[in-house]
Amino acid sequence: MMKINDIPVIDTDVLVIGGGTAGPMAAVTAKEQDPNLKVMLLEKANVKRSGAISMGMDGLNNAVVPGHATPEQYVKEITIANDGVVHQPALMAYATRSFPMIEKLDSWGVHFQKDETGDYDMKKVHHLGTYVLPMPEGHNVKKILYRRLRRNRVEIENRYTATRLLKDPDGNIAGMIGVNTRTAEPIIIRAKAVIMATGAAGRIGLPTSGYLFGTYENPANNGDGHAMAYHAGADLANLECYQVNPLLKDYNGPACAYVTGPLGGFTSNAFGERFIECDYWSGQMMLEFFKELESGTGPVFLKLDHLAEETIQEIETVLHTNERPSRGRFHEGRNVNYRQRMVEMHISEIGFCSGHSASGVWTDETGATTVPGLYGAGDMASVPHNYMLGAFVYGQICGESAAEFVKTRGDIKLDEDFIVAELERIQAPMKRADGIPPEQMEYKVRRLVNDYLQPPKVTKKMEIGLERILNVRKDVDKLCARDPHELLRAMEVQSIIDCAEMAARASLYRTESRWGLYHYRVDCPEQNNEDWFCHTRLYKDENGNMASGKRPIADYIVSLGEEKDAYNKLRVQKAANA
Amino acid sequence: MPIANHHSTVPVTVDEDKCIADKGCTVCIDVCPLDVLWINEDTGKAHMKYDECWYCMPCEADCPTDAVTVNIPYLLS
Repeated sequence: MMKINDIPVIDTDVLVIGGGTAGPMAAVTAKEQDPNLKVMLLEKANVKRSGAISMGMDGLNNAVVPGHATPEQYVKEITIANDGVVHQPALMAYATRSFPMIEKLDSWGVHFQKDETGDYDMKKVHHLGTYVLPMPEGHNVKKILYRRLRRNRVEIENRYTATRLLKDPDGNIAGMIGVNTRTAEPIIIRAKAVIMATGAAGRIGLPTSGYLFGTYENPANNGDGHAMAYHAGADLANLECYQVNPLLKDYNGPACAYVTGPLGGFTSNAFGERFIECDYWSGQMMLEFFKELESGTGPVFLKLDHLAEETIQEIETVLHTNERPSRGRFHEGRNVNYRQRMVEMHISEIGFCSGHSASGVWTDETGATTVPGLYGAGDMASVPHNYMLGAFVYGQICGESAAEFVKTRGDIKLDEDFIVAELERIQAPMKRADGIPPEQMEYKVRRLVNDYLQPPKVTKKMEIGLERILNVRKDVDKLCARDPHELLRAMEVQSIIDCAEMAARASLYRTESRWGLYHYRVDCPEQNNEDWFCHTRLYKDENGNMASGKRPIADYIVSLGEEKDAYNKLRVQKAANA
Repeated sequence: MPIANHHSTVPVTVDEDKCIADKGCTVCIDVCPLDVLWINEDTGKAHMKYDECWYCMPCEADCPTDAVTVNIPYLLS
C-alpha cells in the first residue's frame, strides 16, 4: 500500500463527498450501475442525520408530475424566474427525471401526499405552474436513504471533512485529502471519480441574531465544496446571484409559503395586506419583500390569524414536526400563537445555494464540472432552483456519469508534493500554542460580509469589504486550535474566507442588476442584456489569482413566449380608484 | 496573542439520571451534525461541549431514554 508521510493511501473507484441528500443518492446509484465498483461516501458529520434534511422535509417544491405540468412548462418557468440566465439542457435533464425520481422514492417508502383518487396531491405556489407536492410524513427521508446505503454496500466514513481535492498530472481528478474531526488524523483517498455533494455555502453571512450557528442552512454546509472546487481549478458560476431567504424573524425556519400558502396563509405587511402576488422564492419576490420591509408599511409578517382552527392545527402539525421542528418551541418562548397574531418575518443572511437560487460550482446536464472526473450535485452545483428533488435527481445523474467515467481510468498518479503541503496546512493550527481562535476569525469575516456585501450592493462598499476580507485572510497563519474540533472550525473558516472573497469579486464583476434582490446593485440599477445576458465564471487563473469571465448561454430548447416578463410583475397592483 | 475563556449558556440539556452514555450509548453524540455533544469525562454522561447548535433536534428525537432537551439558544429566544 502506498504511504505518504506514513499515512496510508486509501483507494476507491468512486468517492462521494457529503452524505446529506444528493450524496447518498449518488453513492447508491453508482453501486446500482455496477455492484463491483468500490464506492465510498465521506461525511463530515454522520450520514444518519447529516445535511439540509436531517429532520426530513415537508414537501417537494419542484415536482413535475404528468397531468399537472410538463417538463417544458417547468423549464420555461425556472428560466423566467432566473431572468433568463440558465443552462436549459440541465434544467430539462432535471425536469424529465423529476417524476421517475418521485416514483423511485415512493417505492423506497418516502410518503407523498395523495388525494382521494390516489393521485399526487399537487399544489400551486409558483407564479405560473403547479409544482408543489406536500409530504407531511416526510420526517423519515434520511432513515430511508441510510437503509439504501447499507443494502447497496456503500462504504461510509463518518466524521471526516475533506479539505482539498487532488488531481493527476493530466488535470483529471485523482481523489481528496481530509481530516478526522475527532482525532485530527489526516486521510488521503485516491479515486477514479469524485462526486461532490457538499451542500450550500450557508455560513458566509451572519444571522441578525448574532448567533454564528443560527444560519438558514445547516451550518455544516459552510462552503467547503465551493472552496475545494475553486482550488482544484473548477469553474464556479453566477456567484453574485446570492441566496437570500424570507424567514421568521430571528428563527431560521422558512415562513413557509409552500406549506401555508395552499392552506390560505400569506406574506403580509404590517396592515395585514397582501403585497406580493406569489410567495414562490425568487429574487424578484425577495426584492418586493425587501422594499416592504424597509417601507412605512413594514415590517413583513406571516399571516395565519384569519384561518380556521383546524387549518392552523394542520399547519402546526407539519411545521413543528418536519424540517425545522424547534420552531414550535421558539414561538412558545415568545408567546406567539398563529391564531392570535401575525408572525414577524425578516430576510436571511446571504449564501450560495442553487437549491433556492442559481449559483454554485458549474455543472452541466451530466453533472460534470470543468475538471474531468469531478461531478457536483445538490445545493453546491449550479443547476438553479433544484431543491431536495433536484439534489436526488442530480445525485442520480452524477452516480451514472461517475460510474461511466471510471471505466476510462488506468493507474492514477498522485502529486506527493501537493499532498505534503496540504498536510502541513491541516496540521498547522494545532501546532500553535497561542494565536487567533477560529470562532473570532469567523465572526469577523462574516460580520464584514454583512456590512459590505449583502444587497443592496454598492460598488465602493464592496471594494472596501473585499480589502478587509483579504486582510482577514492574512491572519490565517495565526489560527490556533486547542483540539480536533476546533481544528475542524479552523479549516472551515478558511473556506468561509474563500467564499466571502468569491462573493465580493463575483458581485463586483457583473456591472448590472439582475435576479431581483439577489444582485440588486444600486449604482447599476438596470438589467443590461446587451452586455450581461451570460453566465459569469469565477475561477483560479494560471497565476493562482481569483479571476472572472463570461460563459455564453446555451441555445434555449424551450422558448419563453409572452410570459417572459411574468416574474417582473410580482407586486400586487392597487386599483386606480382604491 | 493571549487567550481568555468566556462562558456561554448552551441550548442542549441532558438529564443525567436518564442518560445512559456511561453504559455505552452514543446516539445523541453520533447524530449531531455539528459534533458538539461529547461525553463529560467527570460524569460519563453526554453534554453539550461547544455552543454551536443549530437546534435541529435529532439528538432529542433519537435519544432512547428521552434524556435530551433542545432549547432555543439564548441570543434568539
